[in-house]
Amino acid sequence: MTLTDELFAKNTVKLDSKIPDGPVADKWDNYKENMKLVNPNNKRKFKVIVVGTGLAGASAAATLAELGYQVDAFTFHDSARRAHSIAAQGGINGAKNYKGDGDSVHRLFYDTVKGGDFRAREANVHRLAQVSVDIIDQMVAQGVPFAREYGGLLDNRSFGGAQVSRTFYARGQTGQQLLLGAYQQFSRQVGLGGISLYNRSELIDIVVIDGRASGIVVRDLVTGEITSHAAHAVVLATGGYGNAFFLSTNAMACNVTAAWRAHRKGALFANPCYTQIHPTCIPQSDDSQSKLTLMSESLRNDGRVWVPVNPNETRPAHEVPEEERDYYLERLYPSFGNLAPRDISSRAAKRAVDKGQGVGPKKNGVYLDFSEAIERLGHDVVQERYGNLFEMYERIAGENPYETPMRIYPASHYTMGGLWVDYELQTNIPGLYAAGEANFSDHGANRLGASALMQGLADGYFVLPYTIGNGLAPLLNKPMPGIDHPEFKAAEDAARNRYNAYLAINGTKSPDYFHRELGKIIWDYCGMERTEEGLKKALELLPALYQEFKTDLRVTGSGDDMNQTLEKAGRVDDFFQLGMLMCRDALDRKESCGGHFRAEYQTDEGEALRDDVNYCHVAAWQWGGDPMTPNLNVEPLEFEAVHLATRSYK
Amino acid sequence: MSNHLKNITLRIWRQAGPAAKGNFETHVVDEITDEASFLEMLDILNDKLVTEGKEAVVFDHDCREGICGTCSLMIDGQAHGPQRGTATCQLHMRQFKSNDTITIEPWRASAFPIIKDLMVDRSAFDRIIESGGYITADTGGAPDANLIPIPKVIADAAMDSAECIGCGACVAACPNGAANLFTGAKIAHLSRLPQGQAERYSRVESMVETMDDHFGSCTSHGECEAACPKEISIDVIALMNKDFRKAKFANRKDLARK
Ligand SMILES: Cc1cc2nc3c(=O)[nH]c(=O)nc-3n(C[C@H](O)[C@H](O)[C@H](O)COP(=O)(O)OP(=O)(O)OC[C@H]3O[C@@H](n4cnc5c(N)ncnc54)[C@H](O)[C@@H]3O)c2cc1C
Ligand code: SF4
Ligand code: FES
Repeated sequence: MTLTDELFAKNTVKLDSKIPDGPVADKWDNYKENMKLVNPNNKRKFKVIVVGTGLAGASAAATLAELGYQVDAFTFHDSARRAHSIAAQGGINGAKNYKGDGDSVHRLFYDTVKGGDFRAREANVHRLAQVSVDIIDQMVAQGVPFAREYGGLLDNRSFGGAQVSRTFYARGQTGQQLLLGAYQQFSRQVGLGGISLYNRSELIDIVVIDGRASGIVVRDLVTGEITSHAAHAVVLATGGYGNAFFLSTNAMACNVTAAWRAHRKGALFANPCYTQIHPTCIPQSDDSQSKLTLMSESLRNDGRVWVPVNPNETRPAHEVPEEERDYYLERLYPSFGNLAPRDISSRAAKRAVDKGQGVGPKKNGVYLDFSEAIERLGHDVVQERYGNLFEMYERIAGENPYETPMRIYPASHYTMGGLWVDYELQTNIPGLYAAGEANFSDHGANRLGASALMQGLADGYFVLPYTIGNGLAPLLNKPMPGIDHPEFKAAEDAARNRYNAYLAINGTKSPDYFHRELGKIIWDYCGMERTEEGLKKALELLPALYQEFKTDLRVTGSGDDMNQTLEKAGRVDDFFQLGMLMCRDALDRKESCGGHFRAEYQTDEGEALRDDVNYCHVAAWQWGGDPMTPNLNVEPLEFEAVHLATRSYK
Repeated sequence: MSNHLKNITLRIWRQAGPAAKGNFETHVVDEITDEASFLEMLDILNDKLVTEGKEAVVFDHDCREGICGTCSLMIDGQAHGPQRGTATCQLHMRQFKSNDTITIEPWRASAFPIIKDLMVDRSAFDRIIESGGYITADTGGAPDANLIPIPKVIADAAMDSAECIGCGACVAACPNGAANLFTGAKIAHLSRLPQGQAERYSRVESMVETMDDHFGSCTSHGECEAACPKEISIDVIALMNKDFRKAKFANRKDLARK
């Protein structure tokens, strides 16, 4: 099959981003002034399903329940406390300007738009920057033990892509502490009866009736039972799809199923090719490895990145003299240095390793060196700042970073793409919302550090509770379809058939085998650097492997009890279909921007070369009945408050 | 540089369901690199079992970084295995030798019923948190975050106990199946902070009572502290007990006044 542009239909859906009127700084206030409200006594007449209990889901569910809505919350985890958000290390941004270093809502807004390489919607990003300050207040009120200075005030650090210190942190466990804060608030509502919690329950389909999201179909992972749940609105806060690469820093269970099933029911999937490869992960040590570990970007505050100038260098790091080291980030990007944004730092590391300058037994890493920081600050200060990260590194790599520089290399970490949502975080299916990493909204083509936690909590605490009310108000006292509606029955049957089919194939290879092979293809051809040729190749390899999956998969056990192999089969199936869309999107976007780097489109210095004339838009894909034939919809991006500029961190 | 371990015998607990009778099953791992994590060894075994048409061993895990608290294995009779301050998922095969026999069991505690094989149900922990393990602060209306300075030592001490990952090793290690370290850690986190004072005594009362409904009683064995991957100090239990006694006293006084 040849792959040409004509394969997909264009602009099949009318996209309305519903951006409010007024200057960008006033839009959110204007929205809130004009939105419809649901009277407090009427809120309990509405049921809202929240899928996912990470930062976005737990904060949304807790707040909606506090307001009086009936909330049903679902998670495939055993407890709401365990979502992947728990693993975030470095911190959360907030435009508090506590350091008096010139931070402001406008600066955070600008940094985020620029960091995203001018591929995000201005109005959403501005709102995010505005509510960032409320998040910090809210989390402190809940008892999140953020780091403090001796005077008792909150401490800050700086993160990649910013020249101010606006990142709040709790040792190297910021995600844990924020999630526990949200989980505790969520648990309070469970105790009070405002939230009904369904744990170890996986969403496996969405039900759309007369064009509106009416509920979900869920599989109880303990009993295998498949049931339906109806509601007035459904929120997907189900995280990102970074595990499409198999090896990533995401938790093992992260998957795209919820978003993908919504996509197959009509929700558009936006910018799937925008994936973030994080520059500071521990390099792969052997082929049987199942997961990669992130070393927080905050380490780049004090660590210096370098490689030996000589590709044949064999001496241990400390014996390599200064003049034979290439501190390439400091050299190439003097004003940001080691704090250059993630996409830029990752590609620079790849270039060094590709040139043969890599370090470590597999020559697959670069050094992150703390010796200068230890000299300048002393061992104790370095330990205070990074002690637990150093310990984690030593446990995994078997080397002590106080003595030997860390070895790091980029790995799949975060996905900027996701379900298309409008300003209200509603997908193109009325009644279906997406929040947190599951949506595409705020980070454009590249996310800045410490901004995902901010976005998840912004969506859950300060955006959805308003916009859902605006959507529900007109539905008061109108009849809604219940789970006895034939559409629910049909979706349940289809889901049952799907899982029975995996069990029936009885082939020879495990779901993990296919996941690993699928991940390799996506990493090789749709990873840090993409080319037309490579993407076309991937679009031949993927359907072939998918065919093998459908005929040679082996799932043992039954569908009637806890069966992790069966769970995995369903998730890998959806990753296959998504993988094809990622490559298709990357092929169609003939420019480089942020995390999407097409080798054909680069400057003489090897930096991303955007094409604002043809690609200053969101690519929102519609399911076309087969993963290889999606339909493209385009939402043009308009910039009023910031000028489209070439990103420079020099 | 990596070394390879040879001939590792695994004795793994298999149990089809909560009510089923379980038994040990033996598997031999011929060779494995010492760079592999303990759970990667189980991944490899499971892949082999599935390819051979057998059911994979069920076990809980997720982050594989020692932070989510999902992994939960009893390894040679020790919760999370032999390395101190380390969750199962952070354990590497460097900790073992060729020809070792390793026994792998689930958490065993009456409050944590077995779901299947090595997976247990720890939702009793959630019930404790739901009964009071929070600071009531509805969304919106929070004062500026820097309004109340918190001395660094207090914030650090709160953080020390807030680090609990809710894994349940403390319960599994305790001869009585008590949850005092877990409950004490949350109480110590919240009660040390100025924001946590308003509910300090009502919180401890309801959390301790819920804990007692589900778990055994503490007789100060101290096994919990030794098993805890986050090395939460047993001092939190003393703090909880002190606050609980005060709470009972204070509430009696309140009642007498009415
Ligand atoms: C190692 C690491 C470190 C990071 N560090 C930082 C940092 O320092 N700062 C920062 O800002 N960001 C950081 N990030 C990114 C950030 O942690 C995530 O983007 C963010 O936490 C995502 O939150 P979420 O609520 O959207 O989703 P998640 O936390 O992933 O939660 C998803 C939820 O959805 C549920 N779910 C998913 N699918 C289904 C389904 N089908 N059925 C039922 N339930 C389902 C899950 O059970 C879970 O509860 C880091 C990411 C990683 C990988
Ligand atoms: S106190 Fe320690 S052992 Fe107990 S649940 Fe918390 S982290 Fe696990
Ligand atoms: S898997 Fe998360 S703590 Fe072990």
